[in-house]
Amino acid sequence: MQSTRLIVIRRFLLACACSIAPIAGWAADIAQFKVARGSVYLERSGQRLPARVGTHLQATDTVVTGADGSAGIAFVDNSLLSVGPNSVLAIERYAFNSTTHEGTFESSLRKGTLSVVSGKIAKQSPDAMKVKTPSSILGVRGTEFLVHSSD
Amino acid sequence: MRRHYAALIAALVLAGCATPSQDLVVLLPDKEGKVGTVIVQGQKGKAVLNTAYASARTTSEGGVQRGTASQSEVKDVFGNALAAQPPRPISFTLYFESGNDEFTEESKQEVKRLLAEMARRQASDITVIGHTDLVGPDPSNDALSLQRAERVKSILAGMGVAAERILTAGRGRREPLIPTADGVSEPRNRRVEISVR
Repeated sequence: MQSTRLIVIRRFLLACACSIAPIAGWAADIAQFKVARGSVYLERSGQRLPARVGTHLQATDTVVTGADGSAGIAFVDNSLLSVGPNSVLAIERYAFNSTTHEGTFESSLRKGTLSVVSGKIAKQSPDAMKVKTPSSILGVRGTEFLVHSSD
Repeated sequence: MRRHYAALIAALVLAGCATPSQDLVVLLPDKEGKVGTVIVQGQKGKAVLNTAYASARTTSEGGVQRGTASQSEVKDVFGNALAAQPPRPISFTLYFESGNDEFTEESKQEVKRLLAEMARRQASDITVIGHTDLVGPDPSNDALSLQRAERVKSILAGMGVAAERILTAGRGRREPLIPTADGVSEPRNRRVEISVR
């Protein structure tokens, strides 16, 4: 009787460990600025916040650079995105299961320049990463590419 | 998928789109010279880019024009974005002595290299990823590999790495370093990988 109970508890603990494993961290932990030069901002829930090296990004943030701005961001799946001056890049959806590498990464370059080095999400699932612009949708099978969208 | 594009086109039409924005997409070779694939879907056309410097331009009519970008054009248009790229992530692999909690001698040296790399980078953060060999089923290996990663996290935290800079992951048996048959006990697959960003 007791041993059955122990097994149940062990299974429960195991199930907990497994369900926690895929979560890479809090919402704040999807990415971090590694480079921020000139004027770089984050738009989050209608607010404009200055972005610096070390600032964390959340899944629905928009990155905005001024005429003298550029920024480089590393995501937890090792995707690297960087933007040049006068750019607006919205992170629309981001999810990453660090156990299976399944996930979704959708961003939208409203204007400006973007450089992408895709990471584990695109490597695991060919249709998981998309970059939108006002006039097109990019399906990303990997790995390195550039996007310019003029107003 | 098709519905997705239809929605995009509908949105563009609704927005009026008197002067549709024009895009340029360029595929680059990676550091090893390998090239991936990007599919550019416009309102009326589509281009598959799968060679180095292959480019796609959207036209004012909604089409997609395939071409090749010159390296000087890439530098002119994308120089600032490229210069802002974060450094590439680097991986370190650690092993424990069999039967105890100590790193092997070689792994102790590797930890030093890891800490030096973290110090060299701006606002570095890491993912500690546990891996197992191919003995046993997925669920127990997932839990075991995560436990291993958590153990390494606490060791690194004890060495002064801020805990909020450490993510952990249990990759289970999905990524063996040495391919083996199912059920083979392979010490080189029982490892912890640390990805530094």
